[in-house]
Amino acid sequence: MTERAGTAEAPDTERAPVVTARGLSKWFGGTHAVNGVSLDLLPGEVHALVGENGAGKSSLGKLIAGVYQRDEGELEVGGTGIGRWDPARAGRHGIAMIAQELALVPELTVVQNVFLGREHSRAGVLRPGTTTEFERIDAMARFGLPPHRKVRDLGIADQQKVEIMRSLARDAKVIVMDEPTSSLTAHETEKLHELIRTLRAQGRTVVYVSHFLDAVLEIADRVTIMRDGRLVRTGPAAEETKTSLIEGMLGRALAVTFPERAAPVPPGTPPVLEAEGLATAEGVVDASLTVRPGEIVGLIGLVGSGRSEIARALYGADRLTAGSVTLCGKPHARPRPWRSIAAGLAMVPEDRHGQGLVLMRSIRENISLTHSRRFATAGVISRRRERAAVGELAARLQLRPARIELETRGFSGGNQQKALIGKSLLGDPQFVILDEPTRGVDVGAKYAIYELITALAAQGIGVLLISSEHEEVMSLSHRAYLVREGRTIDEVVPAETTIDRILTVLFDTDQKAAP
Amino acid sequence: MTATTAETQRKAPVRPLLLAKDHAVLILLAAVIVWLSIASPAFFTSDNILNILNQNAPLAIIAAAGTFVIVSGNFDLSTASIFAVASVSAAWLAVETGNPLLALAAAPVIGMALGALNGLVVASLRIHSFLATLASSMVYSALAVLITGGALITVDVDGFADFGRGSFLDVFIPVWVLAAVVAALWFLLSGTVFGRHVFATGGNAEAAELSGIKVDRVKVLVFVLSGLAAGIAAAIAVSRISSGQPQAGAGMELQAIAAIILGGTSIHGGVGAVWRSVAGVFLIALVGNGFDIMNFNPQLKDLVTGLIILAAVALAAVGRRSR
Repeated sequence: MTERAGTAEAPDTERAPVVTARGLSKWFGGTHAVNGVSLDLLPGEVHALVGENGAGKSSLGKLIAGVYQRDEGELEVGGTGIGRWDPARAGRHGIAMIAQELALVPELTVVQNVFLGREHSRAGVLRPGTTTEFERIDAMARFGLPPHRKVRDLGIADQQKVEIMRSLARDAKVIVMDEPTSSLTAHETEKLHELIRTLRAQGRTVVYVSHFLDAVLEIADRVTIMRDGRLVRTGPAAEETKTSLIEGMLGRALAVTFPERAAPVPPGTPPVLEAEGLATAEGVVDASLTVRPGEIVGLIGLVGSGRSEIARALYGADRLTAGSVTLCGKPHARPRPWRSIAAGLAMVPEDRHGQGLVLMRSIRENISLTHSRRFATAGVISRRRERAAVGELAARLQLRPARIELETRGFSGGNQQKALIGKSLLGDPQFVILDEPTRGVDVGAKYAIYELITALAAQGIGVLLISSEHEEVMSLSHRAYLVREGRTIDEVVPAETTIDRILTVLFDTDQKAAP
Repeated sequence: MTATTAETQRKAPVRPLLLAKDHAVLILLAAVIVWLSIASPAFFTSDNILNILNQNAPLAIIAAAGTFVIVSGNFDLSTASIFAVASVSAAWLAVETGNPLLALAAAPVIGMALGALNGLVVASLRIHSFLATLASSMVYSALAVLITGGALITVDVDGFADFGRGSFLDVFIPVWVLAAVVAALWFLLSGTVFGRHVFATGGNAEAAELSGIKVDRVKVLVFVLSGLAAGIAAAIAVSRISSGQPQAGAGMELQAIAAIILGGTSIHGGVGAVWRSVAGVFLIALVGNGFDIMNFNPQLKDLVTGLIILAAVALAAVGRRSR
């Protein structure tokens, strides 16, 4: 490593590394997920791991944190070699992991989760003292979480904070964060970064696995780039730019842009979908919208505004308590998923593990699940026809590895997302709801998904697009509805306005609503 | 992106251990067969093998259908009770009507009806199937006692015993029935749209629902299958012993679940196969048979069976972790 004179934030390279990896390798089935990676983690540094989906950055983080067992290579923690390695052993060595899929007990409170496994007790009987300890950690983290609320009642962002507090409660020296910001708003991300700086100032090491290169450049001291399981380079973040990172990740140059907006739809075109006065028990109060064939329509709202709930109401995942839906001019009474699918609707749900995929089944079965009848005669599936159709789709989506028989669990987040989108396209839908289609997906794959969305519109398919990355909705959609508190409150043309102006509207009304 | 794909596609090291774990039940079954064949010349004879198949046909049929229930993420603790109700009903009908065919055909129908009731309770009231079938097993057991008045119904009707004791082409009829049921269920689970829906329901019910699968209907159908199988098993057993007893089949529900799990079907749902459960049934049966042949202390039979199940489940758990 080169010396970085004059940078105040530079980690002290003279200090002994807290974790040293030599030639780490990990196989998943036929995939060499991590391939001979050597790496030092220094005390008091924020070390980012970047790479495309399937590049092995998450897997590397999990090898360090003991979530995965390495197949080859050596691991040293605090100068001593490590043999067997699992999360409990890693925890005792001061290494904690905050996984993308959170591991909390939903029925327990925030405090109980934070101290899970290390409750203050004497002879198994709980003792007071937990609350003051919680307050100490809370003062450090400054999340302001309600200590006695059950975790199941918190949003994903807040649940993640509970995980971070848990690692603080264990006084972890090395905290591996896998995609920590993927479900956070910009404001929450800023708070997380503040906390990471605090952790670093305390001499802790944060391994920051992320797709968000802006965030990486802002927070990291050093960056390790991975590609196809191999380490490309490790270097000071100050010497990297977004472009240099992307080129390192892809092994070639790529401009981060959006494809050209799909051709506008003539105003007179009859809508493919019309919804009037929708309401559900799950939080939709009064939503009305129309989408024309070939039109991309966005829903813009803050987290918790009811964007996803409107999508679920249209699709029939939640039951309507009021309102009507019209599909291709015909009433779509009492929407239910199977009825919607039969009517030409498809939805990519926001939570791909919870709502989208059956992880222990193969990619082939997942992609064909909704429409397996297409490959069946009298209920008997023709594997040959199924394999051909799914294989073709997998190729079109650039699924990697293109091995559709492998268990879905073993695929990276981005490739799982591709499979999920593929699953919804298999039935040639007339109308597609995409709820967070690029969540947890890297730049290269994101662009492919953007192209796919515009291509869908070009084929005359109506698209309803929901994304926490407002830039996506702004750049891709023809029209967008502003959503607040379960209502569609306004309609905008993204090309004629800016996200700042829209957010001002959304925040303003929020303030008016809560004086 | 594409330039390096060839490298990542490089062949992975062969994992014989993983393969062995995945087929543990077959390896154990083969080992027991080899051991018994060496230990006793009386074991590997067609008479003995057919006898074992014949004796265990009812349990194997129940376990084969029970696979659907477990794969769908549910439990059926009422199969033994359904078996009892179907047995005594068939015996009662045979005595009352004197028609053996009608009586034996009623058993599967009754089994299906009681299974459907289970399914409807689980699906419509959204009660966990473990609780729902625990309760229904008590209700059904009581029903069986009510039908017989607590006594044994002895059947002395011509032709009633033919189904359970008869042969066709030198093979017991129950073995034919077993083969047919297993083949049909195997195919139903692995080759049909319905089978896919069962896997998806057990693997991720919410994703299944959002994929347009009528999850509630799948649940009802797996319980119908389980009840139907208990009814067929009852028809075989009641015909064989020519009497209906309300206590018939007690404990079978847990034996079936043990065999299914021993076979390698995941208790968490979403993964499994019919052949595994059948192999599980016969692994347990052969261990029992081995105890008889070798004159081992029969009181240790359950201990050994339990340890084998524990070992198999532990092996599967290790396999999951290392993945």
